[in-house]
Amino acid sequence: MSVKKDYDDIPGTFIFDADRSREGYQLNQFCISMRWQKNRDEFNADEEAYLDRYPMTQEQRHAVLNRDWNGMLALGGNIYYTSKLAANDGINFQQLAGIMTGMGNEAYREMMLNGGRSPEGNRYQYEWDQHGEE
Amino acid sequence: MARITAGVGCSHVPAIGVAMDQGLTRQPYWAPCFAGFQESRKWMKRANPDVIFLVYNDHCTAFDATCIPTFALGCAPEFQPADEGWGPRPVPVVKNHQRLASHIAQSLILDEFDITILNEMEVDHGLTVPLSVMFGEHGPDDEWPALVVPLAINVVQFPPPTGNRCFHLGRAIRRAIDTYPEDLDVVIFGTGGMSHQLQYKRAGLINQKFDRDFLDRLTTDPIGLSQMPHIDYLREAGSEGVEMVMWHVMRGALDREVTEVHRHYHVPASNTAVGHIILENTSIQGQAI
Repeated sequence: MSVKKDYDDIPGTFIFDADRSREGYQLNQFCISMRWQKNRDEFNADEEAYLDRYPMTQEQRHAVLNRDWNGMLALGGNIYYTSKLAANDGINFQQLAGIMTGMGNEAYREMMLNGGRSPEGNRYQYEWDQHGEE
Repeated sequence: MARITAGVGCSHVPAIGVAMDQGLTRQPYWAPCFAGFQESRKWMKRANPDVIFLVYNDHCTAFDATCIPTFALGCAPEFQPADEGWGPRPVPVVKNHQRLASHIAQSLILDEFDITILNEMEVDHGLTVPLSVMFGEHGPDDEWPALVVPLAINVVQFPPPTGNRCFHLGRAIRRAIDTYPEDLDVVIFGTGGMSHQLQYKRAGLINQKFDRDFLDRLTTDPIGLSQMPHIDYLREAGSEGVEMVMWHVMRGALDREVTEVHRHYHVPASNTAVGHIILENTSIQGQAI
């Protein structure tokens, strides 16, 4: 039985709690290793061999290799960890948000310049369901 | 005796650090963001604190997932700017007031705040960006104009400490600083926020009404504000907006009566609403909140 959480109905959001942290442990430990240039060099030389050091699930491993940024979050990754991998790839936080939202860099940047995503219609999952969003 | 003279609330967006490090602050995108800190830099020169007690969070940089302390006090002699994946920021090494930090550590634990003590730590943008915006450009060979005692709070793995707990910790920090015998002026920084969500499909959430109300209530209703439940931050201000609990530590360390001497609010800096406030204690021996 799982505990009901009051933040489960926030749309388009993963709350990185202890359950997600446990699930994503090896994935996140891999990501933070990208903080060091030596590790970035080794990973970039042979991604598969480098990933063998972190016993993550096959799904997590595929998400890393395919740079499935939302997939990594769904499998227990946290944005502050995955952003280290993104930085290795030359992707900054705003570009990463452009990818994760599916908007693309230009449209996302434009939305931010216009004051960002409004909280109106974006507080509860049912509001998204009414509009046919995931 | 040491005393806290003022509190500073300040966002710590990494892109602000990048903009300063790359000399982009006069570009049209960044100019309005930095314009609001001109007055702050003048104020910092006048306030001229000996020590900054800086409340911030590490962003999976110094702390990996092996150990997640809720409250961790920096007691090392100095703190090197960390490589967060794009190279260390070209800013000065952060130097501690180690004896004051030791005193605060001891005082907090005896005051029943069971903090973690850090004798080695690198610091990321969460700590160095507020120093940069408040002090202006300083290169790696310079020195920051004040010593810094860092307090790192976990706001990455849910749940962070409650706003109420943070507020009471601020009160305990004040009790610690008030009992330190050296004549020191201390300014306390609460950093992070304001509304922002960096992840998944709702990324880009900004709630200006929430943010402005938060800034207002730091003077009009600080205790009530500290009672806000986490779900309100997450839903209204974005998953990363919950960083704002750290501002309650700053507010709890100040007097009951404070004067707002400066405020700045700007959208956007990258994915984030930039919020900034300076609150001065109004009298030399003001009453603790």
